[in-house]
Amino acid sequence: MNENITQAVQGIPLNYYIWLSTALFVIGVLGVLYRRNAIIIFMCIELMLNAVNLLLVAFSAYHGDGSGQVFVFFIMAVAAAEVAVGLAILIVIYHNTRTTDINVLNKLKW
Amino acid sequence: MTLYAFYFLSFLAVLSALMVVFSRNPIYSVLYLVITFVCVGCHYLLLSAEFLFAVHMIVYAGAIMVLFLYVIMLLNLNKEDEAHKSNYLRFAAVISAGLLMMVVVAALRGAEASQVDFSTVSNIGKVKVLGNLLFNEFLLPFEIVSILLLAAMVGAVMLAKTHMKRTAEPTHKKNGRASVANQNITTNIKELTK
Repeated sequence: MNENITQAVQGIPLNYYIWLSTALFVIGVLGVLYRRNAIIIFMCIELMLNAVNLLLVAFSAYHGDGSGQVFVFFIMAVAAAEVAVGLAILIVIYHNTRTTDINVLNKLKW
Repeated sequence: MTLYAFYFLSFLAVLSALMVVFSRNPIYSVLYLVITFVCVGCHYLLLSAEFLFAVHMIVYAGAIMVLFLYVIMLLNLNKEDEAHKSNYLRFAAVISAGLLMMVVVAALRGAEASQVDFSTVSNIGKVKVLGNLLFNEFLLPFEIVSILLLAAMVGAVMLAKTHMKRTAEPTHKKNGRASVANQNITTNIKELTK
């Protein structure tokens, strides 16, 4: 079983994971720029975090060092905290302004 | 075989990530995001990171996605009449994202992945190894993360609570309970002095 997994890692070049993570990250950036719904923008930020997580896990596996995976674990905890607080803020904003459209929520824009 | 699995999972992940951005209904966006997260989790499995696979499924595909779905249903946003940016801005967004992709690809094109010793690869994703790392080398960050989660929980509860107060007392929109009590006292004093 372990030999199979090692061969699986060997069968896929590390560069492929770099391209995949880049693609996912860029799609996240595209979503942040493209959409106006604050919740969708939030989801795209999660997508970007996931792309970085995937790349960290790939590097960790290819280097045989577990620290990268521990780091991903911490990133997940921070992302969970961020989502909880962010969505609570969004709900409060929605109840005050009746919208989650970021073109309306521009009070902090100079 | 595993290469085909990699191609399939990558294709599915990128496709559903694109659908997250381009689908008009927020509910569909969330569901496509679930597919993306499951694909990323399967990539973790492919990289023999079993512990992270489990945590990823529980935290992302479980907790965070349920939170998103719950908020969308709570705010009743499952409609398709969302206003979109102007075509000009959308075109600019696609162009700048493409430029970013080009820059990153150009920067990473020459990078050659160094040859690595694979003798320990299959072990590092195990719970035992990661637990040893987490509770020896990374014990302090682990405890700090618990404080962060506590702070986030308190913050979320407080945000929801101020909102509950506002809906319960619509006449005193910006005041907390203390100032409302103060106003009650001042009106009482006024009535007494009459």
